[in-house]
Amino acid sequence: MSGRMIADKVVKYILFASAIISIIIVLAIGFFIFRESIDAWTEIGVSEMLFKTVWRPGIDQYGILAMIAGSLSVTFGAILLGVPLALGCAIFLAEIAPEGVQAVVRPAVQLLAGIPSVVYGLFGMVILVPLIRNIDVPGNSGYGLLAASIVLAVMILPTIASIAEDAIRAVPENYRHGSLALGATKWQTITRVILPAGKSGIIAGVILGVGRALGETMAMIMVIGNSAIMPRPLSSNPLTFFLSQARTLTGNIAVEINYATGIHESALFATGVVLFGLIIVVNASARWIIRSQKYVEKAN
Amino acid sequence: MNDTKLETINYSLYYGKFRALKDISIKIPKNKVTALIGPSGCGKSTFLRSFNRMNDLIPGVHTEGSVLIDGEDIFKVDPVALRQNVGMVFQKPNPFPKSIFENIAYGPRVTGLKDHHKLEEIVERSLRSAALWDEVKDNLGKSGLDLSGGQQQRMCIARALAVEPTVILMDEPAASLDPIATLKIEDLIHELSANYTIVIVTHNMQQAGRVADFTAFFYTDESRTGQLVEFDETKKIFTSPRDRRTEDYITGRFG
Repeated sequence: MSGRMIADKVVKYILFASAIISIIIVLAIGFFIFRESIDAWTEIGVSEMLFKTVWRPGIDQYGILAMIAGSLSVTFGAILLGVPLALGCAIFLAEIAPEGVQAVVRPAVQLLAGIPSVVYGLFGMVILVPLIRNIDVPGNSGYGLLAASIVLAVMILPTIASIAEDAIRAVPENYRHGSLALGATKWQTITRVILPAGKSGIIAGVILGVGRALGETMAMIMVIGNSAIMPRPLSSNPLTFFLSQARTLTGNIAVEINYATGIHESALFATGVVLFGLIIVVNASARWIIRSQKYVEKAN
Repeated sequence: MNDTKLETINYSLYYGKFRALKDISIKIPKNKVTALIGPSGCGKSTFLRSFNRMNDLIPGVHTEGSVLIDGEDIFKVDPVALRQNVGMVFQKPNPFPKSIFENIAYGPRVTGLKDHHKLEEIVERSLRSAALWDEVKDNLGKSGLDLSGGQQQRMCIARALAVEPTVILMDEPAASLDPIATLKIEDLIHELSANYTIVIVTHNMQQAGRVADFTAFFYTDESRTGQLVEFDETKKIFTSPRDRRTEDYITGRFG
């Protein structure tokens, strides 16, 4: 065998090994987190942990439902605020903005992705929390779901906007021309042809945004208040739900892991397992949707 | 002579500084089929797209001279209204990723029609006019993408008819189809010409000879600026062209 062919083989195996190593790392992380959590699952009990709302390590109460609710609520709030914004951005960049404007707006949106989480947290603490505190409802501290949702909405904006923009750009040009040639306006073309055609890609972007939102830690700790309680409306007005403090799964781990020992520590790993599971489900569904989109494009 | 439906007067089109069409004056008769022929790059497709202002979508395009429909300057008409009057069929069938029904109903819907019974009527009438009804009437809910290429193209014609235009522009509508599907499209064009003014771009001389009442020959030299060489009844263009270049082209000496 010539030297060149040997080199070729060697490179192939090195690349293969790199791929395998990253898979092993993921599996290893999953495995170790799960192993550390086994004590909690067996001693506290699976349903006790997943369905009880009281988290008080001092008296051996380890229900993480409040944190699951916290994570889901803040993610829901972020999607509610962030998706329309991101979609608007994506449509503007892909369909409306002239190239010069795109060249300014796109990097600016992408820059949002590069700002460290802790800076978002600071912004939330210094600007949003004092503003929200002005809402006159008893028990409103300014810290809570609303502040956290707003911060998170901005944080997931670049993810969703860039994937949605790609999805919109991937819609074949002849759909656009076909619609315009039938006397549809630009806006009708966007809402009736382009967005439906790019739907799967857009949904995949939203789901990846959800994944990002579920995993966000530092900014959430700084603005959500971190009370390990079920979020609830502060008054008879159901909207005050968003003024409630809460704690996320990520925040639960980050806040307590430094001093936790024994079963408490194991329960925090169990929190990590739940988070890991949620993220896997979210990523898998995004993948599945993106794949079904590819299938549709091929059929065309 | 026939009534004139479409007319251009000293019409020129530029992509930025590049002049793609030069001083074109033509009178396209009403309810006839007019073919635009000529070598690749001579601007015939660009010229076709002038009539429904699809060139407006390309940045940097500007025009000189005028384009008239029923004697009215099309640049003074709202392009959305113009395109409802001047339908278009593209080279490659471009059904929307929607059901057959929704594809046909798209045009009427965007003009604000919501009544389902009326939409059903329009869909049936349009599909019948496009000679597709019998093939798809039991499968209107099926995706338009599941049809064969020839059926897709007839659906696109039906989709254009649903808006009730008076003019239909066709940009090489059979270029991606097999001979049998092509024949069906040609029959259809012939039938439609009773009620519609049809302008068709084609590379296929025989096709122009078969379907067109009138033929316009476009030509370009090294400057790549397209110009109209000759326009007359198809018979005359094919049997006794006035210009040497037309004769060379239709006898296959170039292009």
